[in-house]
Amino acid sequence: MRRPSAWHLVLAPLALLFALPLLWLLVSSVMSNAEINRFPPALIPSKVDLGGYRYVIGNALFPQWFLNSLIVSAVAVTANLVLGSLGGYAFARIRFAGSKVVLGMMLATMVIPFQLTMIPTFLVMKQLGLIDTLGALIVPALVTPLAVFLFRQFFVSLPRELEEAAWIDGCGRLRILWSIVLPLARPALSTVAVLTFLSTWNDLTWPLIAINSETNYTLQLGLTTFQGQHHTQWAAVMAGNVITVLPVLLGFLLAQKAFIRSLAATGIKG
Amino acid sequence: MASVVGTFTLDPRAQAAAKRRRRSEGATGWAFVSPSVLLILGLSVVPVLWSLLLSFQVNDLVSPSEWVGLANYRALMQDPAFGSAVQHTAIYAALYVPLSVVGGLAIAVALDRKIRLIGLYRTLVFVPFVVSAAAQGVLFSFVLDPEFGVANSLLHKVGLPAQGFFSNPDQALYLLVAISLWSGTGFCVIVYLAGLQGVSADLVEAARIDGAGRFGILRHVVVPTLTPVTVFLLLFQTINALQVFDLVFVTTKGGPLGSTTVIVYFIWEKAFKTFTAGYSAAAAYALAVALLVIGIGLQISRRRAAR
Repeated sequence: MRRPSAWHLVLAPLALLFALPLLWLLVSSVMSNAEINRFPPALIPSKVDLGGYRYVIGNALFPQWFLNSLIVSAVAVTANLVLGSLGGYAFARIRFAGSKVVLGMMLATMVIPFQLTMIPTFLVMKQLGLIDTLGALIVPALVTPLAVFLFRQFFVSLPRELEEAAWIDGCGRLRILWSIVLPLARPALSTVAVLTFLSTWNDLTWPLIAINSETNYTLQLGLTTFQGQHHTQWAAVMAGNVITVLPVLLGFLLAQKAFIRSLAATGIKG
Repeated sequence: MASVVGTFTLDPRAQAAAKRRRRSEGATGWAFVSPSVLLILGLSVVPVLWSLLLSFQVNDLVSPSEWVGLANYRALMQDPAFGSAVQHTAIYAALYVPLSVVGGLAIAVALDRKIRLIGLYRTLVFVPFVVSAAAQGVLFSFVLDPEFGVANSLLHKVGLPAQGFFSNPDQALYLLVAISLWSGTGFCVIVYLAGLQGVSADLVEAARIDGAGRFGILRHVVVPTLTPVTVFLLLFQTINALQVFDLVFVTTKGGPLGSTTVIVYFIWEKAFKTFTAGYSAAAAYALAVALLVIGIGLQISRRRAAR
């Protein structure tokens, strides 16, 4: 048998260092309040206490926040896939007047920092009557230049011959996109879905600005407020935190390859 | 495939039909891109210009605004609160950016080998990156809670005095850097790991034959090859660092004693807490110009490095 590499002595503690805070999150979410509020607090709970989770799920607002986040993220992901692939396909394959200029302008908007647009975006949403509704969170997230760009790059890399045959058979562009191109575009679809989900689910700044009523909070905003209101019920706060992190964490563990490829792709394209 | 195209181009009827369809292509193209174009340009170009107008006005987001010229910018330059926000952001960025990039490279090199459990190690290093800033903030508010937090409890165990952490103005900003390193280094690791796959094995082998040690190879072969990746990461991490907000909002709200008020927190506070939107827009423009200058500077240095 081969001797285990000495690198384990470096890598195992390093990995543990990164994992420890999340491990503590999980452990403290199943502690009883008595054990948490003792000084010094127990490091390992004597038994698993689901009181924190019961409290959070029984809370009048927490399930609503979860639902709100889910709605916003689901609509944003779907819209980015639909609008991003439509736009990306046209920019990659269809010749039309002004396409280069418009594409260039759209890509240029990627460098605009959010702080520069947030006040006017707030004013626009107010004019549209969307402030303090989920609509205010959804409309600006419907399509990002990154989604259009990633789809365009992917479609450019596909061989044209696949489409030529269908084109000559009289298929329209929409039909070609739907039945020939998109079935081949799984990597692009998953990349855009992952990046959109990550950014909408995790966002705090914009919901903080656009939403006032507690019933319309997203999970990130709700969790932050919840912590302020339940300062001594740390087990419940940590249970809420686990519920906030879990969808992203599960998604990451299930689709790790897609996540890492997507994020590395944003790096390499820059 | 090509032959199919070939046979059809011989058919004049099909050729005519194709020509007709090609003419309607422009309309199709615009139909496909217009939802994206309207949304993206409408929600970026319009706000950017609107922000510029706002920065020359006094505006409380409700009543009609009043034109004041450059007064907001002049006031900004003399505002000690803005000055210290710039200073806090600079300290945060000066620590976070180099540490995350250099740390990311070191960890990526360590993780770039085929041994058992390597997949698990990579996952664990990267996983904090997908955790939202809000969740990080809530978690560390608990870990670092002076009374109930596990950090002070561990210090107590080893006989060290309890710390104030986020309630101590001398510690809060550095703790924010540490938390950001915990969650943000993984991104650099992933990008460097992808970059390391592009390092030529032949070149490494040649250097080894020439007698280069492990460190020599790293310094003279690996690091130079990764220069474009490094420049990208420096740019990306700097932009992120100068825009830090969520973590500050959740943990310290700019305190204690304003010790963690960063630029974006300042901008947010001026716009949506004290309702001085014109002043806030001026600060946002100042930040945007700084980001632009850094971006252009790094692009130029990347071009030079590529040559």
